[in-house]
Amino acid sequence: MTEKKTLKRFASVFLASSLIVGALAGCSSSEEGTTTTTSGGSSSGSSDSSEVIKIGANLELSGAVASYGSSIGKGAELAVEEINAAGGIDGKQIELVKVDNKSENSEATNAAIKLATQDKVTAMIAPATSGNVIATAQIANQYKIPTVTASGTAPNVTENEDGSINDYVFRTCFIDPFQGIVAANFATELGAKNVAIYADNSSDYAKGLAASFKQQIEANGGKVVAEEAYVAKDVDFKSTLTNLKSKNPEFIFIPGYYEEVGLIVKQARELGIDVPLMGADGWDSPTLVELAGKDALNNTFITNHYSSQDPEETIQGFVKAFEGKFNESPNAFHALGYDTVYFIADAIKRAGSTDGEAIQKALAETTDLSLITGTFSVDEKHNPVKSATVLEYVDGNQKFNSKVNP
Amino acid sequence: MEWLQQLVNGISLGSIYALIALGYTMVYGIIKLINFAHGDVFMLGAFIGFYAIARWDIGFIPALIISMLLCAIIGVIIERVAYKRLRNATRIAALITAIGVSLLIEYTVIFFRGASPEAYPEVMANKSISIFGASISSQSIMILAVTIVLMILLQFIVHKTKIGKAMRAVSHDADAARLMGINVDNTISATFAIGSALAGAAGVIFGIYYTRIDPLMGVLPGLKAFVAAVLGGIGSIPGAMVGGLVLGVVETIVSAIGYSLWRDAAAFVILILILILKPSGIFGKNAREKV
Repeated sequence: MTEKKTLKRFASVFLASSLIVGALAGCSSSEEGTTTTTSGGSSSGSSDSSEVIKIGANLELSGAVASYGSSIGKGAELAVEEINAAGGIDGKQIELVKVDNKSENSEATNAAIKLATQDKVTAMIAPATSGNVIATAQIANQYKIPTVTASGTAPNVTENEDGSINDYVFRTCFIDPFQGIVAANFATELGAKNVAIYADNSSDYAKGLAASFKQQIEANGGKVVAEEAYVAKDVDFKSTLTNLKSKNPEFIFIPGYYEEVGLIVKQARELGIDVPLMGADGWDSPTLVELAGKDALNNTFITNHYSSQDPEETIQGFVKAFEGKFNESPNAFHALGYDTVYFIADAIKRAGSTDGEAIQKALAETTDLSLITGTFSVDEKHNPVKSATVLEYVDGNQKFNSKVNP
Repeated sequence: MEWLQQLVNGISLGSIYALIALGYTMVYGIIKLINFAHGDVFMLGAFIGFYAIARWDIGFIPALIISMLLCAIIGVIIERVAYKRLRNATRIAALITAIGVSLLIEYTVIFFRGASPEAYPEVMANKSISIFGASISSQSIMILAVTIVLMILLQFIVHKTKIGKAMRAVSHDADAARLMGINVDNTISATFAIGSALAGAAGVIFGIYYTRIDPLMGVLPGLKAFVAAVLGGIGSIPGAMVGGLVLGVVETIVSAIGYSLWRDAAAFVILILILILKPSGIFGKNAREKV
């Protein structure tokens, strides 16, 4: 009897609460949760394994940063399709094997083990975020599978803390400190001498950017008049911004992610701070425009991997091909995923074999490889030395400003 | 006039804390329950306002009223479903239930719409007015105006109406009130309705002022408002208002002198100090515990 009653109580609590929320959320469309299905990629002419080169893609297809991983996957798909249509690598077709790591470190390791032992891939596209790449590094080294991340920008992805290099880990993107240097040089170009830094103290990414920005601006003869910090999920930045304003900076560098930056930009403009504001690729999201508002975003700049508005011919060709296949304009992650496949394919071709050690050597020896996100050579720390693009926000749209070479 | 600017910043932040703190304090005053789900009613209020403005394209005041009404209903449902049957249970049981309700609301919202943040549409032109060198946005003035109007309305309800009298009576002694013919259950429901409506209003104001809303946005403001309520003296309505404003200004001062990373810590240090030095808060009565 009592048991039945408890059950009834529980059911009524549950029902009522889901009703409340259901009434509220009923109006929201269910666009969330469209996970990309894991597929074997493009078709292969024959089932003979020697005729097919398998490239594993260990990506964030669901979870917190699903948009990064699935974007890289789409870019990679397009590149594989193009290479196969052009006859493959030395006549061999590429097969892309996608595995979802659910945006989690432990799943990323499991996915790497699966790709290495079950699918026996020749090379791997590593996860999108630095932490997840690091979780797969040991597997890559152990099984001697060359692994390339499209967007893991933290320095310690390829270089361990003791200074040793992860032999089999490479990347297609530039590293964090570089963006800080580019931003500092850009500030100097704008004629700013007294600058301020307002960084996200809860992210290593932002702290790394702030440190390299500060070093470079001081080397350029500028002065950091104020250094302030915030933490992720803050909403009220006005008191700190009032403080910054009183120091009269001519330029404010704000490394961080769009969720907070959107509010910082809005509140800074409300307080009458109208100097140029600058950030890095963490700003790059349509949500930034919604949060900050179009007007507030004028006179703000970001560094990024590439711009779909870059007038260069190869880039416009890629933009057209991508739009033709997926019906959307390619963002930086799409371009990096695309480039990663070409980067790997180039190395396999030069190695002339599918042997892991030979490909690893070829990747490390890459020089002047011309891709969508820039022409680069790989340095001794397995980082590509490449240009960054500076974008300006004009009425809520990103406008190509300039390209900065290292 | 930097200090004036900081004072304006602090008061804008503080009035939102004050609106949320009122609900905490009213509920505590009447059934001695810390309603931890209150911060989530605040979140629901922000989302109701958001969908009302974004889908039906209505103005600020209608959205505010819709949000307050729906939050009042939600508050009553929470009370009837989750807390009513625990009225004679131990206090800790009710407290744990409140935390459970809070998590249930948060994750049900995430289940239905995902955890991604939403940007509030701009419903009113935001102009900055310059007074003595401080730039005050028209939104901060609106926040303050709405907060003051709601607080006056609340004072009127509590002190001049029949239901307000019943609330004060139940808060003083529920059993005696029942003997005097007051319907205690309805009075408690009314208290939840009013407190939740204020949280809903705070949610809409928060959304317009800070733009970003997400399903977990109620957690930290909820805790801060709890600190504000304790600071002012939990159970006391003027205490909640003063506590909220003081907390907002203190947080702003802490950021202004360059310790922005210590702002949240400052709020909770206040909580600890108050609980050690003067648990009854600024306006609290030193009531003897009934045995």
